Formats: sequence, C-alpha cells, structure tokens
Amino acid sequence: MSQTQGKGKLALYWAASCGGCEIAVLAIDEKILEVAKHFDIVFWPCATDGKVRDVEKMADGSIDVCLFNGSIRTSEQEYMARLLRRKAKVLVAFGSCAMEGCIPGLANLSNREEVFQTVYEQTPSTENPQHVVPQHETQVPEGKLYLPIFYDSVFTLDQIVDVDYYLPGCPPEAERIWDAIVAILEGKLPPKGSVIGVNTTVCDECPRKRTEKKIKRFYRTWEVIPDEETCLLEQGIICCGVATRAGCGARCPQVNSPCIGCYGPNTDVNDYGARLMAALASVIDSNDPQEIEKIIQDGIPDPVGTFYRFSLAHSLLRRKRKLLSSAGTGQ
Amino acid sequence: MANETFEPRIVGFLCNWCSYRAADLAGTARIKYSPNVRIIRVMCSGRVDPSFVLKALSLGADGVMIAGCHPGECHYIEQNYKAMRRYYMLKHMLRALGLEEDRIRLVWASAAEGQQLAEHIDKFVEDVRKLGPLNWPANWQENGERMHAVEAIAKEHEESLEVLP
Repeated sequence: MSQTQGKGKLALYWAASCGGCEIAVLAIDEKILEVAKHFDIVFWPCATDGKVRDVEKMADGSIDVCLFNGSIRTSEQEYMARLLRRKAKVLVAFGSCAMEGCIPGLANLSNREEVFQTVYEQTPSTENPQHVVPQHETQVPEGKLYLPIFYDSVFTLDQIVDVDYYLPGCPPEAERIWDAIVAILEGKLPPKGSVIGVNTTVCDECPRKRTEKKIKRFYRTWEVIPDEETCLLEQGIICCGVATRAGCGARCPQVNSPCIGCYGPNTDVNDYGARLMAALASVIDSNDPQEIEKIIQDGIPDPVGTFYRFSLAHSLLRRKRKLLSSAGTGQ
Repeated sequence: MANETFEPRIVGFLCNWCSYRAADLAGTARIKYSPNVRIIRVMCSGRVDPSFVLKALSLGADGVMIAGCHPGECHYIEQNYKAMRRYYMLKHMLRALGLEEDRIRLVWASAAEGQQLAEHIDKFVEDVRKLGPLNWPANWQENGERMHAVEAIAKEHEESLEVLP
C-alpha cells in the first residue's frame, strides 16, 4: 500500500468479537472521507487487503493510531495484540470486547474443554463420530501445520498489553467514535488510560420520571409491559442504567426496553457488577432475610449474566472458578 | 495433609459503632479468637461495597466476613439492612461463579458482644479451614502452552517462504 507524506497512519484490527465494531466505524457515514483525508489506512483486514507480514515489517511505533476491537482468547489474537502494540504509538481498546470482554467474555463461565464439548460434540446440529476437535499441531506429509491455541479464559486487551485509550460500547455509537477521532486529529487527548466518553450514567440521559425506588419483586422483560413514563427500575424491571456509562443517549429505555449495560462502568467504578448489585440490592423493599433471598433468587435467575453481561472478563474475579487441585474442597 | 498447616486468610469488615467496638472489647477483656482475620474498620456495614469483597477474594483471601450492628440498631438507622440485601445479592452471584457459601458471612455483633464476635470469628475460621485454600488468582492462569504458542507464530512467520515481488 502506498503511503502519503504528511498523513497519519491508521490501523484497525478485529480479534474475538462479532464484527459489529467494524460496522460501527462505517456508521460515521461520509465523515470516513475526512478520516481518509488525514490518515493512510495501513492495516484493516476487514475492509482492505493487507497481510500480517506487512505489519511485521513496519518500524516499531510507525503506526500512529490502532483501533483494536475484540477480546483475546487465542494465541493468534494475543500475537496480533502484542504486534500492534509494538507498531502503534496509540493503541485504543475499541468497543466493549476489547475493553471489558463483552459477550465473548461470558465464555469465562466455561473453560476450553467445555466450550469444545459444546461446539464440537453436543450441539444438536453437530455430527462428529470421530470426536474431531481442533489441535494445535497436525502432522501432514508436507510437514507440521499449526492452529492457534484456544485459551481457557477470555482476556481483555489491557490484560495482555498496555492500552492507551478506551472507547466503550457494544458497539460504540458513531458520534462517540467521531468525538474520539476529532480528539486524536486535534491532539486533544485526555490523559493516558482514560475512557474517551462522558462521565455520567445512562439515568442522566434518560427522560423517564424518577421518584423513590422500592420494589417487592423483579420482573423479567417478558413478564410485564412497562409503563412508558416511569423509571423502569421503579417498575421492578432490572435496568442497568444506574451503573452504566452514558453516551448512547439512553436509547433502550426510550423504547421501553431496559438498559443492559453495553456502555460499561462509569468513571472510577472498578467492578461493574458490584456497582449494579449494590444499586439493585438497595431498592429491594424488605428487611426480612428470607423474603430478600426469595426476591433475589426468583427475580434474578442468571446473576452473572445479569450483572456482568458485558464485563465478566474485566471484573475483579474475571471468570468462574476452575476446579483446581490447589483449591476446592481441600481434599 | 496440607490442611493441617493451612491457615485461612480472612478479611473482616467491621462497623465502627458496634462490631469494631466488640472486637475492642474482646481485646480488653482478654477474650481469645483466631488471629486469621485481618480486620478493616468501616463506618457502617452499609459502607461495604460488593467490590470490597470481590477485591479481597481476587487478591487471595480465603474468606470474607462482614460484621455490623444488629438489625434495627444501626447508627445510620437502616444501612445494615442495605448491607444485608447486598450480602444476599453477592452470595447469589458468587454461587454462580463457583464459590462455596461458607466463604462469605454476615454477622451481627453489638458493642457489648465481644464474646459473641470472638465466637463468630472462630466458627468462620474453622468453616473456611475445612473448605481449604481458595487461591482465586490461580483461576486466571493458562497452561504452559500459551506463551510458547504466541512465540511460535512469530517463528513460523520468519521461517516460512516469502514470494518476492
């Protein structure tokens, strides 16, 4: 790819994610031309031709900005994260997967063996009588072939390499992406390690009426049709807006659907689920231990999926406990 | 075998107005209790954010105890009820992550109950001792193949043939 004098160099990469972040980049519409005016896109496998070999040959630090989406769950993704960290001056964890693990991070409720079992053996549409599962090494007449290693846990980008900035969202909203690009172009970046976004919660952007929150039971979304004007949490629907960073314009609550927390924790919150648990527990209207337990157990059948839908990999505990010889029953 | 020498590391969050004073009373009254608990004074059991408990576990604690004023006797009127709700919420979540029930415990001890607090602590330490070490950070480790596999990619790329333009 030819490179133009005076222009910055931009790279985009896609690790363990759905690809929505790649589309989100294009959601800035015609402003992408503005990006092209200021940057040469040196690597973007989803949209342009380019080889890893080309990136390996670039001088260290020669890419100005790398937008990295996706979490890390194979050795190949880890290799690419390390490679792009070396080559890029500014590495941005782009989107929820890179920042906090997102939906792929929920695989941290299983391990490699369980994931392989489900995918290659147990799903109803799978026929695998020879029990073929991916191997790291395969011997063929021409030599050895390698596949990346699949990890037991999903990692966030900053658990593998140093990250300069974070852009939250599943996927990030076009306006926020544009804000970030403008900040980069104008050199008005916040201190290293910051989240590029707003420092308030979804509740602040939500137009619903809020009074006192006191509830006797939690409802799941299919159990009730919520009133359109009152705060959803006051109606007993688990709305994650209280713990979630704003930036989306409270889109979901505005269409009568609760916030599910895709924008991640607000500034200074180090565990999203803990914040949400604290908030939800506070609104339960009971002082009786048995009743409290019943409200929680009936209303929240999937606690990890509810509190850590987007952030399990980046939570304080990161994953479900593995059965280890050093832990467990102590036998 | 290893259990005989296993000393649980327990973090205890004690409220300033009741339970921490109960611990003080236990001290002045020379009541003995297990030294396994590292006590952190908080103003109220309602101050204990679930993230405090998670952080303790993530740093290698084998168990976490929260102690506050009896229900109805909170210095801040009703914050110990909030502590109670958060405790059940947290327990519900930790169960799903594979943690045993007995590794976190909420107890009530008034400023006069030095003896009771000491008994709560002894009982908790014994229960955690039976469960064995937790060592949560070990859950994050991959097997030894990981770094080897990452390095192998670089090597493979170096060695493979290249088509020159």
